[in-house]
Amino acid sequence: MTYRDRSVMVTLEAREARVQRPNWAPAEVDLDRPSAARVYDFYLGGLHNFAVDREMAARAVADWPELPAIMQANRAFLRRAVRHLAAQGIDQFLDIGSGIPTVGNVHEVAQAALGDARVVYVDIDPIAVAHARALLEDDANTGVVQADFVDVGAVLEDPVTRSLLDFSRPVGLLVVALLHFVGDERRPAEALARYREAMAPGSHLVLSHASADGAPDRADEHRSLYRRTATPMTMRSRDEVAALLDGFTLVEPGIVFLPQWRPDDPVPPANPERFTGYAAVGRRD
Amino acid sequence: MTEPGRASGADPLDALAADWAEEVEGTSYVPMAAEELRAHLRDLARLVVDAVQADPPRPEVGAEIGRRLVAAHFTGPATLERTVVLLSERLPALYGPGLRETVPALTGALAAGYAETLRDRTLGEQEAIRRAVLAARQHTENALHASEARFRAMFREAAIGIGLGDMEGRILEVNPALCRMFGYTPEEFTQRSVVQQMHPDDAPSVWERYERMIHGDLENFRVEKRFYRADGSSMVVHLTLSLVRDERGEPAYQVAMLEDVSERHRLQEHLAFLAYHDPLTTLANRARITERLGKVFAEAGGSSTRRVGVCFLDLDGFKTINDSLGHHVGDLMLQEVARRLDACAGEGELVARMGGDEFVVLVEDSHGVDRLVALADRILAVLASPFHLVGQELVVTASIGVVEQAVAETTASELMRAADITLYTAKAEGRGRWAVHDPGRDETETTRFSLSAALPSAVAHDEFFVLYQPLVSLADHRVRGVEALVRWRHPRLGVLSPSLFIGPAEETGVIVPLGRRVLETACRDARGWHAEFGAGAPFVSVNVAPRQLHEPGLVAEVAALLDTTGLPADRLQVELTERALTIDEGAPLKALDGLRAMGVKIAVDDFGTGYSNLSYLRKLPVDVIKLDGSFGEGLREEELSDEVDERIVGTLVALGHALDLTVTAEGVETAAQASRLRALGCDEGQGWLFAPAVPAGEVAALLRRGRPLGGPATGLRRSG
Ligand SMILES: C[S@@+](CC[C@H](N)C(=O)[O-])C[C@H]1O[C@@H](n2cnc3c(N)ncnc32)[C@H](O)[C@@H]1O
Repeated sequence: MTYRDRSVMVTLEAREARVQRPNWAPAEVDLDRPSAARVYDFYLGGLHNFAVDREMAARAVADWPELPAIMQANRAFLRRAVRHLAAQGIDQFLDIGSGIPTVGNVHEVAQAALGDARVVYVDIDPIAVAHARALLEDDANTGVVQADFVDVGAVLEDPVTRSLLDFSRPVGLLVVALLHFVGDERRPAEALARYREAMAPGSHLVLSHASADGAPDRADEHRSLYRRTATPMTMRSRDEVAALLDGFTLVEPGIVFLPQWRPDDPVPPANPERFTGYAAVGRRD
Repeated sequence: MTEPGRASGADPLDALAADWAEEVEGTSYVPMAAEELRAHLRDLARLVVDAVQADPPRPEVGAEIGRRLVAAHFTGPATLERTVVLLSERLPALYGPGLRETVPALTGALAAGYAETLRDRTLGEQEAIRRAVLAARQHTENALHASEARFRAMFREAAIGIGLGDMEGRILEVNPALCRMFGYTPEEFTQRSVVQQMHPDDAPSVWERYERMIHGDLENFRVEKRFYRADGSSMVVHLTLSLVRDERGEPAYQVAMLEDVSERHRLQEHLAFLAYHDPLTTLANRARITERLGKVFAEAGGSSTRRVGVCFLDLDGFKTINDSLGHHVGDLMLQEVARRLDACAGEGELVARMGGDEFVVLVEDSHGVDRLVALADRILAVLASPFHLVGQELVVTASIGVVEQAVAETTASELMRAADITLYTAKAEGRGRWAVHDPGRDETETTRFSLSAALPSAVAHDEFFVLYQPLVSLADHRVRGVEALVRWRHPRLGVLSPSLFIGPAEETGVIVPLGRRVLETACRDARGWHAEFGAGAPFVSVNVAPRQLHEPGLVAEVAALLDTTGLPADRLQVELTERALTIDEGAPLKALDGLRAMGVKIAVDDFGTGYSNLSYLRKLPVDVIKLDGSFGEGLREEELSDEVDERIVGTLVALGHALDLTVTAEGVETAAQASRLRALGCDEGQGWLFAPAVPAGEVAALLRRGRPLGGPATGLRRSG
């Protein structure tokens, strides 16, 4: 076989692959794939989602019926944590992996508590970002940045971030239900350390993280579902989550399951480990 | 479901609100704490109760309740179901069965209001997310556009030629620089394929790599290769070919970057040509031979069976042609010789001019000496026919040294040296012929042989010169005399010491004319010192070989020499080896007697090393004995002295003195040795302590300074 014949063969395959874009082109808006942001919105009862997203959510729930409850518990933790920070006097927030603005958004919670809190939303998903922009257009106290969490420079140096947040004063950094989308190879701990360096003492880190600790089998299946999204999942154990919080002083009650973090109800929720996911707030001293 | 009467006893409104909260909790995500949730539902419950208790009842308020539920994000399907069931059961239970008619109307309105609001909300949110998609697309497209525009500009403005091809090798896009390079229009280009860019000079590896890249086994590669331009001319291009993969990682495109390096290439080639060629004959030069040989030896490892050979030739009597007919004719001859050599060299034979009239033919992979001999024969044959140069017919012969060896047995430089030496052999054997290097023959013998072959012409060309080593009085370290020492400035081997050529000179008889020259030179130099320093001038001691003593005219010659130079006879000393003296023959002794009679002193060199019949010494006409340096060796160390050596030296000195001879010690190297020798009675010393052999001019300079040599003479410090 001459190289010509072979090249023809290879060419046909390549054609089938349907070349889409060179590597240097910006990220694609791809509606054929479910998106973590929209699936999450669906779990929270939002309607900012498409059939692919709902289909994926339906499959996930079929395997793991508690999922919507877990997601809701996560969102509830976010709300409690923001209120806690606001109570500490923190009036500016950097919410990374903010998702689709759906219900109980950070600026709503914070502004309800403080009046004029400033919030910068950061997400990697172009649609989530576009939606947030449309929604928050008129709110001068909020801003939206499309960036990758690990690209710390891009997040912190973005003009929107710089104009809204004052890093010489305490900031609330929110990485809620985000870091399980950032694999170890992308060095999330290093990125966190860089954010920490940029934050003034008194700043807080709010973190929640999916974990397989409570339900290993289910977690496996779940992970494989997320492989179809642009943001595959990395579950982390309690120790690994603790390592991410390195350099922050944990706020009471430390690293706990989602509903256990400063619950509104004095009655503790039953079987908290059903909500396989850890929550924690740390202070930069 | 709900147990009726659970909240009995309390305020029915509170009870309704509490039950409602419990029912819907968790059915939807609402961003409220439990307390807020209850407060919110209590407000709704009041509206409900007010509506059903109003007169007339206002069940249409249900629609408002449904609307508010959705607004508070009670969007889960179970929320509506549970709300309807709860209100249907609990309202009559808490507020009386009279409500049974109103409640269905209210819950119906609630469901309708809920559905309508949820539909609006759904449409609104779907609309919002779609707009977000459009916005994101727009944003992405703009970014893509900007990025594409940048890349376009880069592609268009690049000084380097860039082409994009598909995996079939079709050329899809080219930039202007590439069009300029090749002289095709973009349209012409895109009708061509990558394969059409083949060039007959391409190394197979180029297209092998291309194939591997197309297969995705190679991400990119670089080569320098030739391309044809549209007009058919050829250019050398530095090409970088890279693979572009699609999203799935499959090979999709190939990108070529091309830079025309023809100019650089030509320059490099020209420089390389200059570096490796002889401008006169355009043959390869010495550097080229060295480089080729280096490669041959580098490529073949130690265990290689590869063989290599050279014919090293030079023209016999070329100098004469140059001198008599002029350089111009000489150059023409060299060019013609080069032409003939080049014509008779075959495949794998590299002809080079090494310089002057020397040429080399290098045969890589020679497989045996026969091939070299055949080549040498061919060379002699092609040079045999006369040269017609500037209207003259000239005949020239060449001598050829042939070496053929296994690469593993030798080195490049050894090979060339062997060839050089063998060339000498050929010359010595009578010119116009070749000689084959015999690696079995001892190297030094080869050298000796070639040296002795070269000696006659060396004398004729006056390649010898004389140095003088001072002989000092051990009493005061002042110069008494100097020994004349001959050196050969060999044109190839550099300065050679007498030990290398005196033997061959004696064997071949060249020693006679050579000795005569040395004697002449020494006398003339000594006469110069005499003129300047008078009585303080040193005598000159000249070595005379046995063979010279046999020459009948020696005494007359010396007399004539002293006469013409005006050197007093007592300023001349003749040195003979012990061996020369022990020959019991008449002629030499007569000669010595004759010299002595004139006043010339006679010294016995290397005394003590030969077989000495001491009684002979008494009868011989001798004035000086020179103790061989080996006797003094044991006396060199400052602290330790060899007693045996001391005794022997002492005995020899005593013997010499008994016969009234001057005793000179050779090889004096340390001050301790000098003092010991002096203590033992030696009269004179010679050696590095005092001075090495130096040119005549330096001798005069030494004398002028008048300082003792090797430090002042010291008394003996006896050890232990
Ligand atoms: C599950 S949502 C969390 C939303 C919100 N923080 C919450 O907890 O309610 C995760 C979001 O993280 C975003 N995300 C994933 N990887 C990211 C990254 N490397 N940088 C920024 N955002 C990322 C996804 O697009 C998605 O919107």
